[in-house]
Amino acid sequence: MVVCFDSSVRVCFPLKWFPKQSFEAHLIISLEKVDKFMGYWPLRKPGPKAGQSTSNYQSDCAISRNSRKTLPNFGDLRASILFDRQTKAKMRPILMKGHERPLTFLKYNRDGDLLFSCAKDHTPTVWFADNGERLGTYRGHNGAVWCCDVSRDSTRLITGSADQTAKLWDVQSGTQLFTFNFDSPGRAVDFSVGDKLAVITTDPFMGLSSAIHVKRIAADPDDQVADSVLVLKGPQGRINRAVWGPLNQTIISAGEDAVVRIWDTETGKLLHENDKEVGHKKTITSLAKSTDCSHFLTGSLDKSAKLWDSRSLTLIKTYVTERPVNAVAMSPLLNHVVLGGGQDASAVTTTDHRAGKFEAKFYDKILQEEIGGVKGHFGPINALAFNPDGKSFSSGGEDGYVRLHHFDPDYFKIPSI
Amino acid sequence: MAEVMSMEDIRAEAARLNIDLSGVDWNSIRLPPGEDCGIKSDDDDLYEEDALEFDAGFGNIIVVDNLPVVPKEKFDKLEGVVRKIYSQIGVIKENGLWMPVEEDTGKTRGYCFIEYNTPQEAELAKEKTNGYKLDRSHVFVVNMFDEIDRFMRVPDEWAPPEIRPYIPGENLQRWLTDEKGRDQFVIRAGSDTEVLWNDARQVKADPVYKRPFWTESFVQWSPLGTYLATVHRQGAAVWGGASTFNRLMRYAHPQVKLFDFSPGEKYLVTYSSHEPSNPRDTHRVVLNIFDVRTGKVMRDFKGTADEFAIGGTGGFTGFSWPVFKWGGGKEDKYFARMGKNMISVYETETFGLIDKKSIKVENVMDFSWSPTDPIFALFVPELGGGNQPARVSLFQIPGKEELRQKNLFSVSDCKMYWQSNGEYLVVKVDRYTKTKKSTYTGFELFRIKERDIPIEVFELDNKNDKVISFAWEPKGHRFAVIHGDNPRPDVSFYSVKGGKVLKLTTLKQKQANALFWSPSGRFIILAGLKGFNGQLEFYNVDELETMATAEHFMATDIEWDPTGRYVATSVTSVHEMENGFNIWSFNGKLLYRILKDHFFQFLWRPRPPSFLSPEKEEEIFKNLKKYSKIYDIQDQDISVLLSEQDREKRKQLKDDWERWVSEWKRYHEQEKMERQMLRDGEASDVEEEYEAKEIEVEELLDVTEEVIQDA
Repeated sequence: MVVCFDSSVRVCFPLKWFPKQSFEAHLIISLEKVDKFMGYWPLRKPGPKAGQSTSNYQSDCAISRNSRKTLPNFGDLRASILFDRQTKAKMRPILMKGHERPLTFLKYNRDGDLLFSCAKDHTPTVWFADNGERLGTYRGHNGAVWCCDVSRDSTRLITGSADQTAKLWDVQSGTQLFTFNFDSPGRAVDFSVGDKLAVITTDPFMGLSSAIHVKRIAADPDDQVADSVLVLKGPQGRINRAVWGPLNQTIISAGEDAVVRIWDTETGKLLHENDKEVGHKKTITSLAKSTDCSHFLTGSLDKSAKLWDSRSLTLIKTYVTERPVNAVAMSPLLNHVVLGGGQDASAVTTTDHRAGKFEAKFYDKILQEEIGGVKGHFGPINALAFNPDGKSFSSGGEDGYVRLHHFDPDYFKIPSI
Repeated sequence: MAEVMSMEDIRAEAARLNIDLSGVDWNSIRLPPGEDCGIKSDDDDLYEEDALEFDAGFGNIIVVDNLPVVPKEKFDKLEGVVRKIYSQIGVIKENGLWMPVEEDTGKTRGYCFIEYNTPQEAELAKEKTNGYKLDRSHVFVVNMFDEIDRFMRVPDEWAPPEIRPYIPGENLQRWLTDEKGRDQFVIRAGSDTEVLWNDARQVKADPVYKRPFWTESFVQWSPLGTYLATVHRQGAAVWGGASTFNRLMRYAHPQVKLFDFSPGEKYLVTYSSHEPSNPRDTHRVVLNIFDVRTGKVMRDFKGTADEFAIGGTGGFTGFSWPVFKWGGGKEDKYFARMGKNMISVYETETFGLIDKKSIKVENVMDFSWSPTDPIFALFVPELGGGNQPARVSLFQIPGKEELRQKNLFSVSDCKMYWQSNGEYLVVKVDRYTKTKKSTYTGFELFRIKERDIPIEVFELDNKNDKVISFAWEPKGHRFAVIHGDNPRPDVSFYSVKGGKVLKLTTLKQKQANALFWSPSGRFIILAGLKGFNGQLEFYNVDELETMATAEHFMATDIEWDPTGRYVATSVTSVHEMENGFNIWSFNGKLLYRILKDHFFQFLWRPRPPSFLSPEKEEEIFKNLKKYSKIYDIQDQDISVLLSEQDREKRKQLKDDWERWVSEWKRYHEQEKMERQMLRDGEASDVEEEYEAKEIEVEELLDVTEEVIQDA
């Protein structure tokens, strides 16, 4: 066990949880919020001597897999953390460093125990959603991975990548089951209700326009075919997100042309296009559905997010922020929405991290008022996802980190109307 | 006038006449010039404004009149003389000099035409030779050719001007009678310019008037708040009115760049500089002084940029605005400008120099008027390597007497700060140390209103401190200084009451680099702009205590409202993010914030000075409790109303949301079976009912056998 301080007063515990497993998890507990307790940190307890097996310390340090409830058990440190817990503990995010390039997308499985992350570094990764421990990676893509979706039973993963493919994976073993090849880079992917269909979007490339492809997903991967059931074309520029509407009857798409469209999946016809007056003014970067698929939230570079009805495409709410929005998420538990984004990485000032606005901002879904923010990233936030239980969320940034936040009890006491 | 035809009529007509309309390019159709065929253009307004800028194209021709009339034999000689005079000013075009002669006698007619290469040269020639005395009886009269046309149209008989009926003007100060006593401000963001009320009680801004593309560069309130001035290609304009903003007057001045009101807002000075087309020519500058109400040009100044670039021998090149500084308080009686080795003071009765002479001051570097009296202070730097000391002098106008003079030694720089009532003048003097390697700061305090104008000399506690900012309390007797060399400088407050300079306090290590006194005094904001990212400290100087500290991240500008009740801090578009403004109460409570992309300007509408006598003001101040009672009640009413409205709004929002949710629930319920089918019969909606089991797995890592020695 090594305890070290870095300049920003963090305590790092490089831990080997399970020596038999092939990876190391670096669990970093940020205590930057409690710097006033610095005086209580004598750390006289000696660390392990070199050569000592770290597994001996498993019992000592109990911030372990299934227990944010238990505490590290070594003397003064424990005391101080306890102290902190009792005095209005702030959320202590778990910093997950596994990607080498900016994050692009985050997705929880339905049970909320796994978190899938996509990044520009070609390797989607799955983590334990509870403690941020890395479970495995999916190797095989040869380009940035833009989006992923996991089947309801958490057995299949689909990923869309800039290497002009979308791949199906076995979640448990990490093996590739099938590759859909395209003539242009893939982007958004989404499984339908029942997981028998998937929608995949491709970018405009070398004279090809962008397109939305619907593929049938076979129950047995051996029967899988590459043919598209339906191909939709029309929108200008990239289609950043395409998701299934209620009962798979529609596909909702949004992208660079700032228009939200609803397509009929039977006929391939365009059913609705949002009213230009009320719609977004710049590229729509992100789209998040509610659990029951009745409404969805879009985030745009025009510094706003908008809530729409999935059936009629009626604009219900607009959330105005002061940063371009790259990522949005809706709490499944409370009436909260989270917006993430920030100044474009190339335009960020070097003087002050606050200038970039890299906070994840919480808004009251109904009142459209800001209720709080979670700081931490030192680059724009590119991805946000809520755990289906609504008790934690994670954010992925241009800085290559995933931050996993478990809410404090206080969070659930935020009064709503 | 032709009847207006609709497109359908045209098609029908064309079909009747057998014309193929598809071959007609509508956009290529042009009406013959000067003929509108009875079609009224939509752009009439545009043309009207454009007329100010364009001319008929003979702008480079001048007409010289009052030439001697000479017979044929002397024609060449006269032409030679004229050519010689006029080719000195600019390049005359080939065959550009034409002197008409009488056909039968061959005598000249006493005038000629000269065509230059550029209108600027023609303009200059007119300016320089109009009134040129060739000899006693031949004084040239020079006109622009374009103007001849205009003079031709002058009717021969004088007709009395039509007397227009008197239309009573609007009350341009209606905004002051606002029931709620609110103040207005103007903002410029993107292409929109907008005037709003600061409705601080309702914690919001209430729109008054908005107009896109209202100005081409900036807007400015007149000093008493009556007018809002805008800049256009053709000139400046002022706007105002009782309920909305109408254009009250236009001031034609092509390519106007800057303008400035006199303090009593009687006059408007406009400025433009014309880039010469020929790089050899000097930059030309035109200044016009308009009467604000009549729009009449009272005086114009033309010259080269060098003449109007301020600063005698001093290092500053370039141009400092305003060129003309107004003196003598609100009566707008005098204005002055600094030239090389002189200060020219004009008076507004004749718009001429006082006594027709400028005041000669060798090497004058800087001057500034007292805000209330016709007195100005000027600064002359050291000359001859220290042989002649630097000096600061006070001059009284119109007498031009020197009231007081103070010689100063080893001076590197001086800055003058007038107190707003003109009672005190502080001169900050930077002097060289003995080694001449560094400087230190001293202050000279002139007590203007006292007999003989006594001077007090004082220094900071540490005279080596660099002074970052200095500010007088408006109408007061205190001033604040930010000084120090470290990254967090100190702020000191001084009082000069009773003729003595007394230090009140020093605040150590503040993140501040700018001072903003409340217009009513007493309160001050110590602001850390730029490098300090917008730190704000609201300080009460009476009690010497901090009321609040706050931050408006990246703030670039701070302005108190004219009453000293509210403060606006804004981030203008020098930064890319965070553009917008915050409104604070005087004691540092953030009331509301508005974000606007591409935010350029925030200006409170000034108020004219109060009519209350100082005694009355004091009385009000004493019985503040009594007077404020009714406002307290109002405040309370509004806050009750607000919370009521708020509750109402929230309820409304909640109800709307509930409606959506119930609809969604209904759909969700309806579609339950279908969804189940899509999922192969899995009862998928029962999502919460699962049990988490903990399974313990034991793994045998290693087995080691050890023989334990028997003891």
